[in-house]
Amino acid sequence: MWMTELPPFVPFYVGALLALLTRGRVRGLVMVAIPILGAAHLWMTPEAVYWQLQFFDYELMPYRVDKLSLMFGYVFHIAAFISIVYALHVRDTVQQVAGMLYAGSALGAVFAGDLLTLFVFWEMLATSSVFLIWARRTDRSYLSGLRYLIIQVLSGVILLVGSLMYLEETNSLVFGDIGLQGVHGWLIFLAFGIKCAFPALHNWLTDAYPEATPTGTVFLSAFTTKVAVYALARGYAGTELLVYIGAVMTCFPIFFAVIANDLRRVLAYSMINQLGFMVCGIGIGTALAINGAVSHAFNDIIFKGLLVMSMGSVLHMTGKIKGSELGGLYKTMPKTTLLCLVGAASISAFPLFSGFVSKSMVMAAALENDYHWIWLMLLFASAGVFHHAGIKIPFFAFFARDSGIRTSDPPLNMLLAMAIAAILCMTIGIYPQVLYQLLPDQTDYNPYDATHVLTQTQLLFFSALAFVFLNLRGLYPPELKSVNLDVEWFYRRLIPQLAGAFFAAIWRVDSLLRAAFLGRLAWLSSFLTKHHGPGQLISADRPTAGMVAWVMVLLASYLILSFIA
Amino acid sequence: MIAHLPILQVVIPLLAAPLCMVVRIPRLAWTIALLASSGAFAISLLLLQTVLETGTVSYLLGGWPSPWGIEYRIDQLNAYVLLLVTSLGTIVLFSAPTSLGQELPADRHPLFCTAYLLCLAGLLGVTATGDVFNLFVFLELSSLSSYTLIALGSDRRALTAAYRYLIMGTIGATFILIGIGLMYMTTGTLNMYDLAQRLPEMSQPRTLLTAFAFFVTGVCLKLALFPLHQWLPNAYAHAPSVVTAFLAATATKVAIYVLVRFVYSIFGTEFSFSTMPLQTIFLIAALLGIFICSVSAIYQSNVKHIFAYSSVAQIGYMILAFSFGTATGLIAMLLHLFNHALMKGALFLAVGAVIYRVGSSQLQDFSGMGRHMPWTMAAIVAAGLSLIGVPLSVGFVSKWYLVVAALEQDMWPIAVLVLLGSLLAIAYVWRLVEVAYYQQADNAHVDVQEAPISLLIPIWTLVAANVYFGIDTRLTVGVSEMATRALFGAGP
Repeated sequence: MWMTELPPFVPFYVGALLALLTRGRVRGLVMVAIPILGAAHLWMTPEAVYWQLQFFDYELMPYRVDKLSLMFGYVFHIAAFISIVYALHVRDTVQQVAGMLYAGSALGAVFAGDLLTLFVFWEMLATSSVFLIWARRTDRSYLSGLRYLIIQVLSGVILLVGSLMYLEETNSLVFGDIGLQGVHGWLIFLAFGIKCAFPALHNWLTDAYPEATPTGTVFLSAFTTKVAVYALARGYAGTELLVYIGAVMTCFPIFFAVIANDLRRVLAYSMINQLGFMVCGIGIGTALAINGAVSHAFNDIIFKGLLVMSMGSVLHMTGKIKGSELGGLYKTMPKTTLLCLVGAASISAFPLFSGFVSKSMVMAAALENDYHWIWLMLLFASAGVFHHAGIKIPFFAFFARDSGIRTSDPPLNMLLAMAIAAILCMTIGIYPQVLYQLLPDQTDYNPYDATHVLTQTQLLFFSALAFVFLNLRGLYPPELKSVNLDVEWFYRRLIPQLAGAFFAAIWRVDSLLRAAFLGRLAWLSSFLTKHHGPGQLISADRPTAGMVAWVMVLLASYLILSFIA
Repeated sequence: MIAHLPILQVVIPLLAAPLCMVVRIPRLAWTIALLASSGAFAISLLLLQTVLETGTVSYLLGGWPSPWGIEYRIDQLNAYVLLLVTSLGTIVLFSAPTSLGQELPADRHPLFCTAYLLCLAGLLGVTATGDVFNLFVFLELSSLSSYTLIALGSDRRALTAAYRYLIMGTIGATFILIGIGLMYMTTGTLNMYDLAQRLPEMSQPRTLLTAFAFFVTGVCLKLALFPLHQWLPNAYAHAPSVVTAFLAATATKVAIYVLVRFVYSIFGTEFSFSTMPLQTIFLIAALLGIFICSVSAIYQSNVKHIFAYSSVAQIGYMILAFSFGTATGLIAMLLHLFNHALMKGALFLAVGAVIYRVGSSQLQDFSGMGRHMPWTMAAIVAAGLSLIGVPLSVGFVSKWYLVVAALEQDMWPIAVLVLLGSLLAIAYVWRLVEVAYYQQADNAHVDVQEAPISLLIPIWTLVAANVYFGIDTRLTVGVSEMATRALFGAGP
């Protein structure tokens, strides 16, 4: 049946077109309908390769369905649906179209069966999502969007180069296990790593996400990095290096998150921290670990979306997002507060919330495979998550000292989107089997045994205790209006300064060369004018004798050449 | 009737020519000329169809059997060129009464029609005949009438230009005659088919080499191969606009046809490219022609001169393709033959339309015409894009085949040079665009109107053909391939 052959990105691209052409209620209806229909369609699609085509000498598989891609396909539909509902009140065509294209590209990427198709959607992700940042229409967001775009496109270019080298090496473009063999392996790894916000490659995320529109960040938080997680899970499962990278990713953002003032930036750092768990799981590479990584990606999209939405609501209603300017909002935004707390509980992995059932899989896998130090780092990171995402965000936004802001709960569609996400968080937390049966590998894992529950609960309570203690003693880093330096200082300050001196030297040489070249060009031009202009040497009206002379020359050359040949 | 098509093709315009002279009424003369030329066009279509269906058509003049009598042989190659000549001749003739109205007194129009039809008959005769002496006669007929046509130009410089062309053309014709004479001397036959049979058996290579050298030099003069092109720019520039369009589209093309016919059907590729140094000389002359004449075109101040020099450069491309001596090269050449006729026909007619309104072909007088004559200038831009070789135009098709032919021979420097030549074409087309669209019209030309519809229709017909044959290449590529296959199969 042709319906099953319809790749999931198509409805979204069509939807983007419709969003461009329609307005008002019709647009809202179309945009809400597309993820629902798309999800229903995907639900009935069995695993197979549906679309193959020949490109020069190579087989391309632009549409391939297996368990791993289906898992991401489902959650991307959910995320798209929630984000669209959340953004229903927005009257900005640019954002609506970009959002649809962005979600469609993410779906295209996870169902891409070959590296070339992946590259196309990889770049589409970058170019469509940047409009969600630019849509804020401030100078800061414009510059930040530019930096974001440059890095994302760079990642795409590296991916393309890597893919071509991979093609050269293996004579195939099929996107399967790649591994770190050879230059191509490293290049593709780097491309994935940029999108996945590996340490020192992560600054685009913390730079750009907080600058996007309130609704744009919801879209952004769902797709780009998770596509990268998917790509790593497919190409680099079991690569040991990823375990260490993942562990570092879980730990270092905690310090930045604790001191960051912009609450959406806190969330951006916490996103890197959560990505760390997934990367770590992919690195361990056992069935349990991969399941944990994938299901954590699934849950993270939903609960991180919920948190981002709650912060977006705060920004939307108050126009402020700095921790130092907010506080006491629970009085006027009770529903948002409650929903935010569900998200906070999920990300902190409280038992009965979704984060718990997936994060514990990764932790258990780390222990099973004797990564004890890594396990300790993950444990520390879990405490840290609870600290900055579970406590700091709701505390500074909704409680703390009363900032005197009086507002109300956000519009119905925003509340609805948050409620859907919150219900999903709790459903998965309470009935993890719903999630487990979708996993790529069979599993009989049960998160609710005494050890897990006890460890996690202890951890959470001691972490809470630390926060309370530090806060009461006034030792907690205060929310200050400050700029925190991250590794980006190296490439936004140090490298430009060094490069500036270097390029100045190059430009001096370059200008000399140019001057010399322009001189030659001017000479050539005057030479040509002298000989080719009207009435000059070449185009002069020659007397017939002159023309006849040429005839003789040609005849003579024929004869001479043919006689000596 | 159908059996007599090959001769009717030539006879109809030939007989209509004196008729125009006799009636003396301009409108009527033009109607007769148009009828004759359209008749020839219809016949050429029928002939092409017949040839494609049944193969070569042989017609014996007066029923004399072939080595003794004159034979007309129509194969895919002639049919293709006949179609080109008659179609362009007819389309150009459509715009003649309007365009000539400004440049020639009305009582001379019947004379123009006579000369035009004679020239057409001559070109068709050259193409259709299978007898080398008959070919010479028709070549002279078309040349003499074209001198007359050029001399009809309103400018007195047209007379000098016609005179210079007369001298050079006559020298060329003489060389051709010497070549034919030497061939007749060695073989004792004038029939092309017969010549092709007998030449390889001849034991006097010196005489043959000389015959070939004279003949090719004469043809090169006729087809304006660099450096024998010097008669062409002024002849094109000072002739009436319709004449320029007609000659640019047909006369040099027929000369190239003669070259192909002699080299492939009579002397054979073996002799032409191995014994004779044709490849070396043509390659060098073609490349020099492309670059020197394209650069000259950039520096001209008269628009007709610009496109005249461009014509010499484009002939360079055809000869370049020819010089490869391969089937792909020949296909590329035949394609460019047809396509260049379409481009230059459209360009010179459009330039003629501007001259009709502005009264001058100086580049400076084209300023602001993009706004005053939007349709005419749009046609020039479209045909100019085709000249450059932009995809979706015929120019792209022929450039593509040319580059493929060069790469097939591993001559990639040539392919690069061809593409560089296109850049020069951009330069001279751009000069015109810049003047026409980015400058204000002179005070004298502020009330210039769009060209009349009788000029626009032929112009846009040709522009449409430029686009159509750039997309649907079945006719051009198909017939070129068939003709090439026949020539390579039949070669001794």
